[in-house]
Amino acid sequence: MEGNVINKIKLEFEAVSENEALARVVAAAFIAGLNITVDELEDVKTAVSEAVTNAIIHGYKECGGTVIMDAVLKRERKEACLLSIDICDTGVGIEDVERAMQPMFTTGLENERSGMGFSFMEAFMDKVIVTSSLNMGTVVHMEKCLKVYDKRQ
Amino acid sequence: MLVLFLTFLILRREDRQMEAKTREYAIIDNYLCIKMPAEVDHHKAAGIRECADKMILDDKVKNIVFDFEDTTFMDSSGLGIIIGRYRKISCFGGKVYAVNANERITRLLTTSGMTSIIEVL
Repeated sequence: MEGNVINKIKLEFEAVSENEALARVVAAAFIAGLNITVDELEDVKTAVSEAVTNAIIHGYKECGGTVIMDAVLKRERKEACLLSIDICDTGVGIEDVERAMQPMFTTGLENERSGMGFSFMEAFMDKVIVTSSLNMGTVVHMEKCLKVYDKRQ
Repeated sequence: MLVLFLTFLILRREDRQMEAKTREYAIIDNYLCIKMPAEVDHHKAAGIRECADKMILDDKVKNIVFDFEDTTFMDSSGLGIIIGRYRKISCFGGKVYAVNANERITRLLTTSGMTSIIEVL
């Protein structure tokens, strides 16, 4: 594998709400071997759940489609890894990304969305970058630095 | 004979389903107690919302208690459920409580500002 990439996975699944649990469990399993804290693991699970939920209900308007989760684990320093996760959809896209990312902003008021999805992602991950174009889709790129120590040492 | 036995089994299963439902949603005085599932996400939210709202309409519930005893995971969909129920009952002077939440969910509720509309016990 190229450079300092330790591991990578790509998961493609149908945009149905059952798969929200699937995506976050796969993400958790992907980093479970790293000896990280339970809190860090839950942070990643929550962020993935938010991004996938967004893709399903906003990107595809709950009418189905394909969501792709790309996760890459890189060795940063000896005792730290960088996890990056991309959640991609080819749905309707976001008109105003900056506005969408504001806390409490929601277009899903009738479905009782709290408008806290992006805020949760930003709170639980170190970096969140959203690239979107109308009718082309959205990519949510998230990074988190995970402190690890080698079990062999 | 077989038909009878099958009917018996189906009836018993329905009984058990009813029982499970009453365990998840109980009304004590004018408090509706909702037992939240192990994982609260968008997938589970619709069912909880529907059942809770039916009980609110049917049984003249004033206050709502969300019991997080079994809950190990919650994302922002959980906040949506709480905010929605709060909107429904607060105009009649009702209150919303969250009980038995673990450390992470308690932190989630406090940092997201939910404690201004609900009481975490």
